[in-house]
Amino acid sequence: MKIGVPKEIFAGERRVATTPEVAGQLQKLGFSVVVESGAGAESSFSDEAYRDAGCDIAAGADDVWSQADIILKVRGPEAQEAARLRKGQTLISFLWPAQNPELLKKLTASGATVLAMDSVPRISRAQKADALSSMANIAGYRAVVEAAQHFGRFFTGQITAAGKVPPAKVLVIGAGVAGLAAIGAAKSMGAIVRAFDTRPEVKEQVESMDAEFLMLDFKDEDGSGEGGYAKVMSEEFIKAEMALFADQAKDVDIIITTALIPGKPAPRLITADMVRSMKDGSVIVDLAAEQGGNCELTEPGKVAVQNGVTIIGYTDLPSRLAAQSSQLYATNLRHLLTDLTPEKDGNIVVNMEDELIRGATVCKEGETTWPPPAPKLSAAPAKAKPAPAPVKKEEKKPSVLGSIVGMAVAGLALLGLGAVAPPSFMAHFTVFVLACFVGYMVIWNVTAALHTPLMSVTNAISSIIVIGALLQISSDVPLIKWIAVGTVLLTAVNIFGGFAVTRRMLEMFRK
Amino acid sequence: MFDVNEGIIQVSYIIATILFILALGGLSNQETARRGNWYGIVGMGIALVATLLGDVTQNFPYLFAALAVGGTVGIIAARRVQMTQMPELVAILHSLVGLAAVAVGFANFMDPDRLAHYIGVELTIHDVETYLGILIGAVTFSGSVIAFGKLSGRITGNPMILPARHWLNLLILLGAIWFAYQFVVQSAAGGGLNPLLIMTVLALLFGIHMVMAIGGADMPVVVSMLNSYSGWAASATGFMLGNDLLIVTGALVGSSGAILSYIMCRAMNRKFLAVIAGGFGTAGGSSAKSDEEQGEVVPIDAIETAELLANAKEVMIIPGYGMAVAQAQHTVFEITKTLREKGVNVRFGIHPVAGRMPGHMNVLLAEAKVPYDIVFEMDEINDDFPDVDVSIVIGANDIVNPSALTDPDSPIAGMPVLECWKGGTSIVMKRSMATGYAGVQNPLFFLENTRMLFGDAKAMLDEVLKSL
Repeated sequence: MKIGVPKEIFAGERRVATTPEVAGQLQKLGFSVVVESGAGAESSFSDEAYRDAGCDIAAGADDVWSQADIILKVRGPEAQEAARLRKGQTLISFLWPAQNPELLKKLTASGATVLAMDSVPRISRAQKADALSSMANIAGYRAVVEAAQHFGRFFTGQITAAGKVPPAKVLVIGAGVAGLAAIGAAKSMGAIVRAFDTRPEVKEQVESMDAEFLMLDFKDEDGSGEGGYAKVMSEEFIKAEMALFADQAKDVDIIITTALIPGKPAPRLITADMVRSMKDGSVIVDLAAEQGGNCELTEPGKVAVQNGVTIIGYTDLPSRLAAQSSQLYATNLRHLLTDLTPEKDGNIVVNMEDELIRGATVCKEGETTWPPPAPKLSAAPAKAKPAPAPVKKEEKKPSVLGSIVGMAVAGLALLGLGAVAPPSFMAHFTVFVLACFVGYMVIWNVTAALHTPLMSVTNAISSIIVIGALLQISSDVPLIKWIAVGTVLLTAVNIFGGFAVTRRMLEMFRK
Repeated sequence: MFDVNEGIIQVSYIIATILFILALGGLSNQETARRGNWYGIVGMGIALVATLLGDVTQNFPYLFAALAVGGTVGIIAARRVQMTQMPELVAILHSLVGLAAVAVGFANFMDPDRLAHYIGVELTIHDVETYLGILIGAVTFSGSVIAFGKLSGRITGNPMILPARHWLNLLILLGAIWFAYQFVVQSAAGGGLNPLLIMTVLALLFGIHMVMAIGGADMPVVVSMLNSYSGWAASATGFMLGNDLLIVTGALVGSSGAILSYIMCRAMNRKFLAVIAGGFGTAGGSSAKSDEEQGEVVPIDAIETAELLANAKEVMIIPGYGMAVAQAQHTVFEITKTLREKGVNVRFGIHPVAGRMPGHMNVLLAEAKVPYDIVFEMDEINDDFPDVDVSIVIGANDIVNPSALTDPDSPIAGMPVLECWKGGTSIVMKRSMATGYAGVQNPLFFLENTRMLFGDAKAMLDEVLKSL
């Protein structure tokens, strides 16, 4: 089947749905790839590079849409694109079916099969195709870069000959993928980073990135909703939360907000009053601008300066890092396509039994299949089991009584032995018991690395049994003599072999 | 000959004994280990010379011929053996000690002066000593031969489980006691060869049966246990001959082997008896669990592995038996060297039961010239994993299985493991997705920060090295 990659026509969109590298990998799955001329130009992929990777270059969008069986896009289709979609064709792109019911209806009517990258279920198996996460990651990183650009100071603290520079303080609200990426980026630039999230289970993740997790002194409310996303919180909670933000706003230099609740407008977290209370030169980056913004003063798509505070409301942060976004998005698409072509013969099978494919497919051959049934597994089952308790070592305390009884029995047995055994035996027995104890004491000191040499050297010295054969070898009985000779031979192998191999091993241990 | 009296022999034996103890004590660290080995050699030399001069009166040519032939064979074997084959060599050497104990026991029994030397209780005790010496020797012999077969792959490593095997063992034990009684009674009357022979055969069968039932992963325990047996055999022979040097040396070796077995068992969180009873992986446990869908593994190729390694600051290498099988230790060291030159801190984490013999991995790494101060024991290093960027697991499975800590139903529950999943990325090198020796699925492979590098360990590591 032929994969077509048209140029994105949405204003300002710089990404492209496949890169030359990924196009090469797609061909290995049995597909042929046609790319619209100039599709990758904004992401720094030239037509030349695509051609080198074995793709055909089509002059215009019509060419791509008419040739291809599968269309890969980044943004959902615009009206003119949706019109080009025909029966039997497959389209894979972002779609947001919940926000665009009209579009979904139109696509269903066309008879094509459409997979929405934003509907890939949040299950562990589907992570490789989770484009939302890869884009969020980039958005988080880019948010810090944007903030740094508009912020008039260093992120890292320094003590220079020209004076002391305090480190910037960054507050990240919402520690999802984007939030964590922002924490990581800000942290690596040297800022002091604090983070807040309504889901307590992310505390550990935040702390693992060496940032401070702001706790709300509020019990019994867990903000984790379905699929690991956040949910709407109670009124008291929000009040406490707002108080915390108001407090922080006075202190921090940069606020990055990433708070989103699926299917709802973004929660208002930063009020105009809070913005007013911030220091001049502070920066707010609002990653929720597209959904209305977490900050009251955000102007979606623009940079606004209010009371000396720069508020960045870009809605196209991934697109501003086009080469990186395209690469990750293309790889997500490739993973999805790999699952769609189980035979690797270039023919896709939309297997509705497969949870991943089922979730992503929003309409199939004239039928709307969205929303999918609830996924079997949540991506964050953190609540379900409170981390299985580590297996307890089943070491029973030896009961005092038991050991006393054991000792008594052993003592009696020894006494019994002493009562009947002749003194010569007891003398040997004494030596034996003492030797066992000496052995016990000595061996515990042997380092574990030398256990193999220990075995070979003990093996060599246990050949001391040769003494027995030596005592017998002078016997006049031929049979005994020959047995003894044989024994000497066997033990000689052992003595020489054992010591020699031990020496060889010990020579090898070096600093 | 020289006039070597009983007193001089005794003193020589005491000196030999002390030297043997110093030899074992020397192994407490690498610096003194070489000297320790020399103590052992000197001790053995003194004991041999003293006995030769004091007790041997004739047949010197045979004696020296046997020493020369045996010694040559031993040294050649020691020179030729590959370090990966160490467990086999040790096992076969144990069998020789066992066989020697049997031979000395029989020769002693055939000595016509025996009845003249011992009477009454003394004869009974002497007979019991002879009997025990032969019994332990025979078990050591046949057990070691089977262990050798298993370790060298001549016999399948899977446990062979006979029906009613515990009853069978009990039967053999009862038989051994019964024939001991028969032997003591008949021996006093001048006979007793038959019960002794029958017991020997029983003991040989027992040794075979015991080791056959033990799986390959439990081999470290078996090898150290046989090590212990060979010591007890020497000790029993010492009692029989009334020779303190043998008793002491045997006791040293016996307790050494016993402690090693204990350490190995503890490292697997298994009871010694459970290991000896054999059949690991056959018990119910949660074997059904392994069928559950565990998620998806993320493969990685050699080039990406090389990149990961080159960009890491802290690398931990966790070798297992697979590294020995693939003979990959030299490549591992080349990679280590290259990375260390680039300023990457590469260390090795060794699980006590990695490999088929206590300390097996240390010897292999030493052979590859890995300096021992970057090779660490599990207990030393387990807390460091959170700081490790990349861990490479080479041909190991059960020793890095997180379910040992989290799943109380797992057959390996409670076994201490190397917690590599706490680090940044774990790269697991395996030939396929087959389960490890314990037959337990390993959740590590499905973790998000685990990457699987499939293929022959040596071939893959060579590629990694090339890409570095």
